[in-house]
Amino acid sequence: MTNVLELRGITKRFPGVIANEKVDIALREGKILALLGENGAGKTTLMNILYGLYKPDEGQIFVRGREAHIHGPNDAIALGIGMVHQHFMLVPVMTVTENVMLGVEPTRNGMFLDKEKVSRRIREISDQYGLEVDPNAYIKDLPVGIQQRVEIIKVLYRQADILILDEPTAVLTPQEVEGLFKIINTLIKSGKSIIFITHKLKEVLAIADDITVLRLGKVVGSIDPKEATTEKLASMMVGRDVNLVVEKKPAKSGKPVLMVENLFVRDERQHMTVQGVSFEVREGEVLGVAGVQGNGQTELVYALTGLLPLEAGTIRLLNEPIRHTSPREILERGMAHIPEDRQRHGLILTFPVHDNLVLCTYYKEPFARGISLQEKAIFSNAGELVKQYDVRTPNIYVNVGTLSGGNQQKVIVAREFSRPIKLLIASQPTRGLDVGSIEYIHQQIIKKRDEGTGVLVVSSELDEILALSDRIAVMYKGQIMDILDADKTSKEELGLLMAGIHPSDNKKTK
Amino acid sequence: MTTTNLEFSAAAEKRKRISYGLTLLAAGLFIFFLFGLNTQPGVQTTFGLNLAGSQAVEVPDFVVPAQITVYLMAAMAVFAGAFQLARGVRSTGWLIGILSFTFVVAFLTWAAQDKSFNLTGMLGSSLVRATPIALAALCGVISERSAVINIGIEGIMLMSAQTAVVTATVTGSLFIGLVAAILVGALIAAFHAFLVIRFKVDQVVSGVAINIFGTGFTSFISSRFLQSATDTLNNSGTFPIISIPLLAKIPVLGPVLFENNIVVYLMILIVALMHIMLFYTPWGLRTRAVGEHPKAADTLGVNVYLVRYVNVILGGMIAGLGGAYFTIGSVGRFDEIMTAGKGFIGLAAMIFGKWNPIGAFTSSLIFGFADSLQVKLQILRVPIPSEFLLMAPYIVTMIILTGVVGRAIPPAADGQPYEK
Amino acid sequence: MSETATPSKQSNGGRSSLAQELLVPVLAVVTGLLIGAVVIIASGANVFDAYGALFTGSFGSPARLVEGLQVYFSTGETRELLRAIYPFTESLVTATPYIFAGLSVALGFRAGLFNIGAEGQFFIGALCSAFIGYSLKGLPMIVHLPLALLGGALGGAIWGMIPGYLKARFGAHEVVNTIMMNWIAFRLSDWLLNGPMKASGFRPVTPNVLASAELPRFFPDPLRFNLGFFIALLVAYLVYWFLFKTTTGFEIRSVGANPDAAKYAGMNIVKNLVLVMALAGGLAGMAGSAQVLGVDHWVGQGFSAGYGFDAIALALLGKSHPFGVVLSALLFGFLRSGATNMQSRAGIPIDIISIIQGLVIVFIAAPAIIRWFYRLRSIKTEETVLTRGWGK
Repeated sequence: MTNVLELRGITKRFPGVIANEKVDIALREGKILALLGENGAGKTTLMNILYGLYKPDEGQIFVRGREAHIHGPNDAIALGIGMVHQHFMLVPVMTVTENVMLGVEPTRNGMFLDKEKVSRRIREISDQYGLEVDPNAYIKDLPVGIQQRVEIIKVLYRQADILILDEPTAVLTPQEVEGLFKIINTLIKSGKSIIFITHKLKEVLAIADDITVLRLGKVVGSIDPKEATTEKLASMMVGRDVNLVVEKKPAKSGKPVLMVENLFVRDERQHMTVQGVSFEVREGEVLGVAGVQGNGQTELVYALTGLLPLEAGTIRLLNEPIRHTSPREILERGMAHIPEDRQRHGLILTFPVHDNLVLCTYYKEPFARGISLQEKAIFSNAGELVKQYDVRTPNIYVNVGTLSGGNQQKVIVAREFSRPIKLLIASQPTRGLDVGSIEYIHQQIIKKRDEGTGVLVVSSELDEILALSDRIAVMYKGQIMDILDADKTSKEELGLLMAGIHPSDNKKTK
Repeated sequence: MTTTNLEFSAAAEKRKRISYGLTLLAAGLFIFFLFGLNTQPGVQTTFGLNLAGSQAVEVPDFVVPAQITVYLMAAMAVFAGAFQLARGVRSTGWLIGILSFTFVVAFLTWAAQDKSFNLTGMLGSSLVRATPIALAALCGVISERSAVINIGIEGIMLMSAQTAVVTATVTGSLFIGLVAAILVGALIAAFHAFLVIRFKVDQVVSGVAINIFGTGFTSFISSRFLQSATDTLNNSGTFPIISIPLLAKIPVLGPVLFENNIVVYLMILIVALMHIMLFYTPWGLRTRAVGEHPKAADTLGVNVYLVRYVNVILGGMIAGLGGAYFTIGSVGRFDEIMTAGKGFIGLAAMIFGKWNPIGAFTSSLIFGFADSLQVKLQILRVPIPSEFLLMAPYIVTMIILTGVVGRAIPPAADGQPYEK
Repeated sequence: MSETATPSKQSNGGRSSLAQELLVPVLAVVTGLLIGAVVIIASGANVFDAYGALFTGSFGSPARLVEGLQVYFSTGETRELLRAIYPFTESLVTATPYIFAGLSVALGFRAGLFNIGAEGQFFIGALCSAFIGYSLKGLPMIVHLPLALLGGALGGAIWGMIPGYLKARFGAHEVVNTIMMNWIAFRLSDWLLNGPMKASGFRPVTPNVLASAELPRFFPDPLRFNLGFFIALLVAYLVYWFLFKTTTGFEIRSVGANPDAAKYAGMNIVKNLVLVMALAGGLAGMAGSAQVLGVDHWVGQGFSAGYGFDAIALALLGKSHPFGVVLSALLFGFLRSGATNMQSRAGIPIDIISIIQGLVIVFIAAPAIIRWFYRLRSIKTEETVLTRGWGK
């Protein structure tokens, strides 16, 4: 069997960091190579090199046995390499056809776009590979699963036979993942070769022909999927044995701290994205909100934290209603919030660590007297918190933007946990973090729960939801499908709910 | 659940309906009390439909009884308001249309009572006065469609205006002046593009620097050279009016649309070409993609930087043409700061026109109308100080920017530098 | 992009030394002057005459100063000495409104707002101060002068608050709106100066303010050096204290650096944006007040020519720091004041200063050009985002 693609000795340095060091990988023709590694292991950098978006400092690329010099996406496309990016590279306000033809536009009279021709070709590709999509639909109106199909069609339209799929399952429900796997199999049957990038171990075992594991920018090793187990892969990926479950005692839940009843919320575009949601969070328990991204979780959190107005329904925090309540007042009543997008919402990257640690409390004693800031108190507060929460930073005066993602998240956790809080809302608390930081953040959240704080965890990672939650609410299209006990449910059941299917309905129809 | 959803939408609809209805009612009362009661009964207003010296076929002037017309307009606004309160119309456009129509007609009838008001002349001068605004707006559209904000249009127009008149005076050819103006526009825009693309300079800062530099440079040249040598450097004459055969004979519209100078025709041509370019050609598709999601375009092999450079420079050429309008297209000489904020008004027209060439053109016409109205009213000796009438375009700009009327969404990547 | 490099950690604590901070601004000014020299040569004038006149016009002639001192010590006669220090004090007088206006723009930048409206706010402030100055009769100075100053600040504040509110409430871009407010201010002043506020006579100017509203001068005429300069320095310190040592300043800087995070942290964006624009407008209004109460004593058409745009250059040059603004305001005060001399002596239009300012802004905004030009090694500095597209 020949190698259709080979990378030899690829090294890529960024200022202060080596993203890839002497990486060798090989893709066999008509096979699926899984590239496994945790966040920050250098997988995406490597693929961006292969696709010509970055230039490697050292190393060679061989395509079909011949050395290739890839200076940009055009070279990669010409070599038959196509990439489906983790964050879809689609223009939302354009149609499927326009997105597919962009960059290789056929014309009539040498001047005008020939959209007809492209639509016909899209229909052909759809039929051939089972990728159903309406060529005239606008991307912004399509669900993520379909958007991913458009990405694959884009690649196939350019007649690629080496496909790179970067974390393709991150945004899909378990059922959609199965659909994707079917498509991948069809592609392989028609002679394509695929690099499948992921950090999810079970997927690798389910689909890969070969597995290569990356850690800290280096290849740790390759392994035959038949000989691999999740435990083995995990320790290769992280470099030590990983405890995949968070140690926790059974919850001792008390009075409700948050009660939400029949809540309706509109997003900024005036779409009603939360439609009649009701639940409660009790002292000392973790309620997990599962669901595919974009099903109203973000707006739910915005409403709870006072960033979006309620359209209808009630929210009660410690029995006091929240309605037209300012975010500050809500924070003062004892709510803590770890926002979804930490760099945009949680931190001011150009401010020093010490200022970020008082971002919600700068106006209170001891950090301020009247309107005058008390720098001594701010500095000593920062010194203590940095030590207590193990924030790795040269000192408290550096800008928080210079810290790594995990340490940035620790700054947020330190800030939020250092206030007296009754309710913690954590949105995607570990997105994009390395395993060490994930474990640390998870432990801290459980610790807060055991101290009697009510916790609401919103995550699109089912594993995270299962690891942390005592009860799990599944959101779909702005509604809560069901609330289940964490130890009485399964991934499969949750997956169906995330896709909007009630398992009991299913049984009835059967 | 969906029923509750509909109920909530209905609540919002109702709020909107009431506020629009009340606005129309208020406008009707305003027209009645301010214009209606101040119009003398029995007096007529004449709207002239013929332009002296034009080739158009003559038509009789439009004469209306003043007070009755104003009352009619008031009644129309009140009726529309009441209808809106009772039933509700979905189209915001219609409501704004009725509002502006009744208001403008009532205002003009009141202002020109017992006198004659040349409507055709007014429309014609609206188009002419809209020309530099539209060109500035089109410059904005093409740059911002590729996500580069160019706030330095004012400075570009000043420098082009000066270049045009000096070159034309020295060479004796208006055409060479025009070409020179366009080249200067391209050059400065290229510099802007270079700063914001290559050096990732804040786009607004770069634009402001161009404005300051442009103002300073043209004033410097003007006071050092032009003022002492007006005849040899700053007196070019202007482009002649070109009447398009046959079409110019159409009554009313003929003289408005088909008796203009070359800059006006070029502007209209650019509107059409830019529309076709943006929405029907590969370059336009790439431009829009670069403006919305440059990374996506880049991963498909589209050269983001090239698209931006070219579009910003094309925009600069259009702004250069706009600059030429001020001198060789209009008065034949350069005065310091003669653009008087038209570049910025153009940006407002671009926003109101939702970043579309045709929209930008139409909203420029509104500004042109406000501008020429102000001149006409001064001639009619309306009892409002001319300084306040001169403020009108600026106030209209600010109202439009609030987005109360027709909020538009800019290209998603507008103003952001692209980093690979 | 979740897997790309984490930025390098800086061991020096992210604080660069003062010399590093000053390097680029100084080189930017030097380069601006060099290119200005090229323009002067190209326009057919002698650059040494021109810049010589610029220097003596801004600092005075050293020979004259020595002479003046000699005369003073030998005879006690101060006239010569006063003539010798006249250019220097005149530069300080010119710098005074620059300090206020520069602070206005700098404060806006700190909150992520681009106040191009200092020009109009300046004009409105001057008109308000002038009105209070000439219309309220019989007040003692201790009441009249502060009232006139406050009136100017208030007028400017209102002029700044309108675009601030439109920005905060509707997301309407403050750059365009402040410019529109400038034009409205000009038209309004045209009307006021030709009508309600016109002094008797032919020229469209206001009457002179009363002596009780004038900022006291320290030297006999024609030296116009007055209390305004020291008020400006005091206000610069207050702005510094406000921005960096108070909770409201913390909020303003947070809103400027990351409005989303500020909102999450419970800060009121709308309140802060309106407040900043009002304060910025107030500062620009005080620039107008200082000019009318300390220097001109009346307001005429074209009174504010260029201050607003100069202020942008100042704020950028001073890196939006109040002390930096004071330094760059002094620099531009000397340049402007000298340029007047250059215009009369060497026939170089004063607009050359605007050309130099435009260039300085470019160089400050694109330090890479300066580094490339002088082959400097790149120093990692924090880039501040000043503006963000068209509102939301």
